[in-house]
Amino acid sequence: MTDRKIPKSLAGPSRRAFMAGSAAMTASLFAPKALFAQDYPTAQINTTGLAVTDDTVTIGILHSVTGTMAISETGSVQAEKLAIEQINAQGGILGRKIEYIQEDGASDWPTFAEKARKLLVNDKVASVMGCWTSASRKAVLPVFEQNNGMLYYPTFYEGLEESPNVIYTGQEATQQIIAGLNWVNETKGAKSFYLLGSDYIWPRTSNKIARKHIENFMDGCEVVGEDYYPLGHTQFNSVINKIRLKKPDVIYAIVVGGSNVAFYKQLKAAGIDMTKEAPIVLTISVTEDEIRGIGGENMEGAYACMKYFQSLDNDNNIAFVKAFKDMWGEDIVIGDVTQAAYLGPWLWKAAVEKAGSFDIDKVREAQIGVELETAPEGYVKVHENHHLWSKTRVGRAKLDGQYEVVFETADLVEPNPFPEGYQ
Amino acid sequence: MFSDYSMSELGAIFAMQGFAGLILFSVFVLMALGLAIIFGQMGVINMAHGEFMILGAYVTYLTSNLFAAWLPGVFGMYFFVAMILAFIASGALGLFIEWAMIRHLYKRPLDTLLATWGLSLILQQVYRSVFGAREVGVSIPDWMMGSLPVTDMIEVPINGIFVMVLATGISLAVYYMMFRSSWGLQVRAISQNRVMADAVGINTAWTDRLTFGIGCGVAGVAGSAFTMIGSTGPTAGQLYIVDTFLVVVFGGAASLLGTIASAFSISQAQSIMEFFLSGSMAKVLTLLVVVGILMIRPQGLFTLKLRK
Amino acid sequence: MERSSNRLFTTQDILGFAVLAVIIFIVLPMALDSFRLNLFGKYLTYAFVAVGLVLCWGAGGILSLGQGVFFGLGGYCMAMFLKLEASTPKNTAIQSTPGIPDFMDWNQLTALPWWWEPFNSLFFTMIAVVAVPVVFALIIGVAMFRRRVGGVYFAIITQAFAAILTILIIGQQGFTGGVNGITDLRTLHGWDIRTNDAKEVLYFVNAGLLFACLLIAQFVRKSKLGRLLIAMRDQEDRVRFSGYDVASFKIFIFCLGAAFAGIGGAMFTLQVGFMSPTLVGIVPSIEMVIFCAVGGRLSILGAVYGALLVNWAKTSLSESFPELWLLGLGGLFIAVVMVFPNGLAGVYAEHIAPRLSGLFGGKTGAAKSPKETPAE
Repeated sequence: MTDRKIPKSLAGPSRRAFMAGSAAMTASLFAPKALFAQDYPTAQINTTGLAVTDDTVTIGILHSVTGTMAISETGSVQAEKLAIEQINAQGGILGRKIEYIQEDGASDWPTFAEKARKLLVNDKVASVMGCWTSASRKAVLPVFEQNNGMLYYPTFYEGLEESPNVIYTGQEATQQIIAGLNWVNETKGAKSFYLLGSDYIWPRTSNKIARKHIENFMDGCEVVGEDYYPLGHTQFNSVINKIRLKKPDVIYAIVVGGSNVAFYKQLKAAGIDMTKEAPIVLTISVTEDEIRGIGGENMEGAYACMKYFQSLDNDNNIAFVKAFKDMWGEDIVIGDVTQAAYLGPWLWKAAVEKAGSFDIDKVREAQIGVELETAPEGYVKVHENHHLWSKTRVGRAKLDGQYEVVFETADLVEPNPFPEGYQ
Repeated sequence: MFSDYSMSELGAIFAMQGFAGLILFSVFVLMALGLAIIFGQMGVINMAHGEFMILGAYVTYLTSNLFAAWLPGVFGMYFFVAMILAFIASGALGLFIEWAMIRHLYKRPLDTLLATWGLSLILQQVYRSVFGAREVGVSIPDWMMGSLPVTDMIEVPINGIFVMVLATGISLAVYYMMFRSSWGLQVRAISQNRVMADAVGINTAWTDRLTFGIGCGVAGVAGSAFTMIGSTGPTAGQLYIVDTFLVVVFGGAASLLGTIASAFSISQAQSIMEFFLSGSMAKVLTLLVVVGILMIRPQGLFTLKLRK
Repeated sequence: MERSSNRLFTTQDILGFAVLAVIIFIVLPMALDSFRLNLFGKYLTYAFVAVGLVLCWGAGGILSLGQGVFFGLGGYCMAMFLKLEASTPKNTAIQSTPGIPDFMDWNQLTALPWWWEPFNSLFFTMIAVVAVPVVFALIIGVAMFRRRVGGVYFAIITQAFAAILTILIIGQQGFTGGVNGITDLRTLHGWDIRTNDAKEVLYFVNAGLLFACLLIAQFVRKSKLGRLLIAMRDQEDRVRFSGYDVASFKIFIFCLGAAFAGIGGAMFTLQVGFMSPTLVGIVPSIEMVIFCAVGGRLSILGAVYGALLVNWAKTSLSESFPELWLLGLGGLFIAVVMVFPNGLAGVYAEHIAPRLSGLFGGKTGAAKSPKETPAE
């Protein structure tokens, strides 16, 4: 049903092809098969001098644990460590235990670049799980391309990028946006939208795509306002007044960080009750993680559109949530990016085993088409553009800070980082 | 842009926008008062101002948890207790910092700036270790989160009124203490001539400590109040620091009246421009106007004695 | 001031410069692998700013908390040139408007803004790296110093400038690259700056420029101007009453500091490969002051050691104890201010130099000892 209004380029011609191939590959990847290190001599599986010994392989974790971004990146670090521990408990990769070197990007982009270089050049890590903001990814990208490293990047982001040295485990903008807009239009009859965001590349690009989609592909729908506020802005009364004046059906909000808290608290204080859906608030930037800071009572009734919610009801996710809480504490919450970060080590493991080698070039080649049936979000598959095929879901925030899933796309949505017709 | 709306709608929107400007004004006053007291009277730049505010916010968070656990019946009232505790906590930390650090540096004002910056880094890390890197959600009593419908169109946020009342109350209290109490007299005497004040028997050391403590305490109350409108996390203090400094600098630093006047002009300018322009552009334009005026009048709107 | 200060170099100065030259040109390149050497190259770019701060703050008593602005302006000028070179129509064929930087294309710009055009020329860029920060400093300096604004007040106004420029850069992302900064810089006139060889060459260029700046700074300090600055710092009115134009001296020294910072910024861009607003704002500006304070605010050589030491500590501490790093840095700030107001150079002058001069027969005794009280 969501395909109806998705332009051709997004629906994608290759879906049939991958459906056909998937069954055979799944069997070989996930059949329980003991891998012993002696079957894979180090000299053969590591021809480029990576940090692989006869019984260990070293990877890097590169996130901010200090500075303003520590708030967001902590969850990703936790998820990656959980995945590594689980993989090791299952016997590791090619019979080798994963060891990790954790570096602090300190919310500072030059530091990210410096640490990325250290991980690749000095430590010779076999892959890196890391980065969160677009700015940090842009800063490390040349380092990874020059030193031929492999980065697993967990955040939903603006697209417009397709590096051979990055696997994007979060959704790019079109995947996340279009299904949600169609849903709110079809089930809620929404016609007018007010676009709002923090002032940097991701919200701006996302709103650009949203605007193009609303104006060009949704009949009779219009954008009645578009506004951006600096990162860290804490006063939203003026824009709330503007919203009242325009009376949109939907407030499409991509506010991030500390501004988020201010925005939703002030929205509620101004008498806009999101449980009454007049207007509907639809966001793509508030995960369960952010609700902890905002407060469930201030977020109740808002809709979020992303690929994962902690409340997803499937066996993979129930096991994942339990393992996560066992490791990091009962009162922890898991957001979309945390789940995407959890996929990183697993996707890499699958690619290494498929390639039978840790060599970056071989892993890169093997990575395309890798499927993960054990993903908490459900089945995912790596597209040849290094992004993941994934479902998009809409959740409604509840008082307890969790989302109730109200919609999910019938099929996996194809990643399309350079969407034609949306530029 | 207004042709589509009826007169009553426009009237209502402008009324609410005016109110939004007043809320912003109150927020600025709350943020800047503590800094202005310390800077204006002691010549000390407290770069850890934002962290003192966040201490107040964390105290509010702890108090709300305590009330929820032990006194759920009077949860609606916890906020007042929290503000008093925030004042005490931030004030006490202020007294300690003055004793341990600041008093050794009165002859080197530039160095207090560096030392308090170091302090702010340490406090941030302490908050992170104690409360975690994530923001904490402070639950606000229900009666403070709604809005009052004045007419069909006009709704006035209660927390906005609360912030305004608080800002007015604290400004009056500070005014009273500064200009009507003997402590205020001593503070002003010291800021005019420290040696002479000492000579006539004013306990300058204790007065300084108290001034610094009160400035920090006011910051704590501001932080406590801001849990209603903003976020509470280890680095949230930095969100406020730029605006705070601009308000104080623009006002002319040494003058409390100047601080209030500058908070008023910046908030109104920003609020009006935000309505007609994109939020980011409004912020930049406001800042540019402030800078432009500072270029012509670098000593700020109101100032007397900063010329060297 | 000191008896021997009329000469450009005392024996001790020559010794100090020589030791630093040996460390930077010989010891570090020999001891470090290419990755670490590149890191030290990055630290040395901060030393440019720290040396400028010694002149402004240590000698002149003008504490600027906005040196990041000048560092950033120099860095952005260089980044604009490199970005234009990297954005050939061939490299950017995927964009809707090929030939303009990628971030402009993402922000629906369809043509290069006019003020980007001159940065197609390397010659213009090299002038701009120095000229843009200097013009900026000139405007700020004239506005402030002519009206006799100084001390703490000057410090927070410059800090406001750092905040404003950051917000401007972030807000105008179509023209500046926004939060991400200007990234993915590749070649300088066809020469790939990303290779290890290039980084090594850049390290030496950087070190050479730093020494040029150090010599200029030394010259200024030993000139009449330098002595007037110190006189102004301690008794501004007396200098003014003696008929000197105090404001002009201050403006000059502030502009010189800005020029150093601009060169540092440009070298940063070349060595790190991008420029972003995080290097312009309040935090880096204050950190640069701490480099200077740790080294010793009165010693230009100390500033270089300070920049190297603090950054090296930052890197190694945050590698082993990331959570403790902020505590360590904060403690360092406080310790330097409270216990060692003259920084490393002060420790050297008070505890090490006397013993050394004992060894050398006391010929140069106390010639360099900065027994002065710190600014203000």
